[in-house]
Amino acid sequence: MRLELQGRAAFAYTGGKPLDTALPALVFIHGAMHDHSVWGLQSRYLAHHGHAVLAPDLPGHGRSEGPALASVEACADWLLALLAAAGIERAALVGHSMGSLIALELAARLGERATALVLLGPAYPMKVSDTLLSTSLNEPLKAIDMVNSFSHAGHAAKPSAPAPGFSLHGVNRALMRRLQAQHTVAGHGNLFHQDFQVCNHYAGGLEAAARVRCASLMIVGAHDQMTPPKASATLAQALHAKVLQLPAGHSLMGEVPDAVLNAIQTFIPEEAP
Amino acid sequence: MPGPSDPGFDTLALHAGAGPDPATGARAVPIHLSTSFVFESSDHAAALFNMERSGHVYSRISNPTTAVLEERVAALEGGAGAIATASGQAALHLAICTLAGAGSHIVASSALYGGSHNLLHYTLARFGIATTFVRPGDIDGWRAAIRPTTRLLFGETVGNPGLDVLDIPTVSAIAHEHGLPLLVDSTLTSPWLIRPFEHGADLVYHSATKFLSGHGTVIGGVLVDSGQFDWEASGRFPELTRPYDGFHGMVFSEESTVGAFLLRARREGLRDFGACMSPHTAWLILQGVETLSLRMERHIANARKVVAFLAAHPMVARVGHPDLPTHPDHALAQRLLPRGSGSVFSFDLKGQRAQGRAFIEALKVFSHLANVGDCRSLVIHPATTTHFRMDDASLAQAGITQGTIRLSIGLEDADDLIDDLSRALRAAQKAGGGA
Repeated sequence: MRLELQGRAAFAYTGGKPLDTALPALVFIHGAMHDHSVWGLQSRYLAHHGHAVLAPDLPGHGRSEGPALASVEACADWLLALLAAAGIERAALVGHSMGSLIALELAARLGERATALVLLGPAYPMKVSDTLLSTSLNEPLKAIDMVNSFSHAGHAAKPSAPAPGFSLHGVNRALMRRLQAQHTVAGHGNLFHQDFQVCNHYAGGLEAAARVRCASLMIVGAHDQMTPPKASATLAQALHAKVLQLPAGHSLMGEVPDAVLNAIQTFIPEEAP
Repeated sequence: MPGPSDPGFDTLALHAGAGPDPATGARAVPIHLSTSFVFESSDHAAALFNMERSGHVYSRISNPTTAVLEERVAALEGGAGAIATASGQAALHLAICTLAGAGSHIVASSALYGGSHNLLHYTLARFGIATTFVRPGDIDGWRAAIRPTTRLLFGETVGNPGLDVLDIPTVSAIAHEHGLPLLVDSTLTSPWLIRPFEHGADLVYHSATKFLSGHGTVIGGVLVDSGQFDWEASGRFPELTRPYDGFHGMVFSEESTVGAFLLRARREGLRDFGACMSPHTAWLILQGVETLSLRMERHIANARKVVAFLAAHPMVARVGHPDLPTHPDHALAQRLLPRGSGSVFSFDLKGQRAQGRAFIEALKVFSHLANVGDCRSLVIHPATTTHFRMDDASLAQAGITQGTIRLSIGLEDADDLIDDLSRALRAAQKAGGGA
């Protein structure tokens, strides 16, 4: 789905079929240096199993025109506008990493209109090391390789994502490099540094959690080096969230795609409200 | 710099794409000789068919053993993924047919493996895909040959058999200026000598029959995608960026930002043309991949000794190896191939066809056959075998004469190889004396 938001072109993947707003809506929110395609093994299935799926590219990430937005709050506001433009009143929200913070903020804004909140690889606060921030500023390709290595528990996750024959490391590195290059070529600057600053600076997590009205699920990777399971404990407590730990690293959607899909499908409401 | 780093080449060669088998604990990669795979339910079946879930349905499309090879080679190349094919030729065909159709045009190096030349010059022309051949070092020629219908630039890392080194950074830059991808055949170098994606190539393929397998036992190919080429920004590839009626209207570039090419290639070219790799073949190639760096080191060391011997021999008119300062691409090879330019190279015997025949027939360690990249040393006369369909002008353009001999240096003791060549060169000399 292509539309215009706040004067700029925006894109949201709808799972390979037209968006039917009569179905219970499900919004997938990607993390830093990612786009909608990281949700491929969850979003397409659920779109073909009774849900109106919106998996947007956040501004400056992929097909949505940049520059990237400078805060979690700004991203949540942008998504509110996206839901309005798409004709979606209520939705379940699923976010990964930086996207989990955005999903949290969006759930707080939606109040009763958020039907479920699923946070994958969350952390609060989501502090980024000074070393990584400075590397992202001065040597972004090196920083991409660092994060790519941090993000995966191994080099042989099965079933392969997005399909047999793909190297999850290779897919993730290629995506991050491409998004970084696109943002730079478009004159919008260093996307990696910007995204990680967004994570680092977010301070509204507990306030947002207090405003969330729906049930929450946290899915964490037992071997996650980016956002270790313990880094989500404060937020889990604030949200009274159910916590599911899976045998994976930070790239949960690609490393254990079926387990993530099954967890989401089980947790979110099946019927349109 | 603190923090983790990706495993090195040798670790990936052993571990990428496969851990211990979860069902049996088998540490080596199991051979899944099964045409098809049981669905957990009707819903699971439908989800696999519709690419809603990842998994295996039918071994023409994918197979667990073959997928390990694909993922391992992708990791070694630094790519996003790969597709294993029935042969290197099938990999080349799969790449082309995914991106081009009737009315399309390709710009290719003139220094190609004879089979690739046949495919482009004769066979694909019959299906409406035209090719313009350019000397690999003719940079202006690459640029000038591009047409509005061009869909692909294509060359070999080192051309067969003259070892013309492709200036991948420059040729890829030209391709990208025109919104086109560069496809590179890296068969003769393997990822141990060069990783073309690091220099700007977009797609790489191997005849895995050669160094990846290394043992001369099976035929196979692997096509690897860097995931870096932006098909949407190019605007020239509706096959990847517009709905495909052959797969539920799927827009591959939306399904996977960096995997669009491979998804389409698997869901169309592999599905419909069917040139898939047997899992048994994949397993044998995996055995080779696991020792790739060890073998390549020995291939290179032996080749250097043989090159030095031949370069100093009075019966040898020319040795075409970029390690030698006399090779026109020596400087480029030093830059792009610092570990070496391979162990397949050609040299020109002094004399005519009789000397060539005497030389080849006197060899005892070298085997006279049509292959390269075996652990055993091989020899062939290109003008009468691999490149026999080419006329003299085309041969000359590919750097081949009637006296050209191609060697593939194996893993034997280098002294034995030199003794064998020395004896054969004496035989050639005698044949010349008797003429």
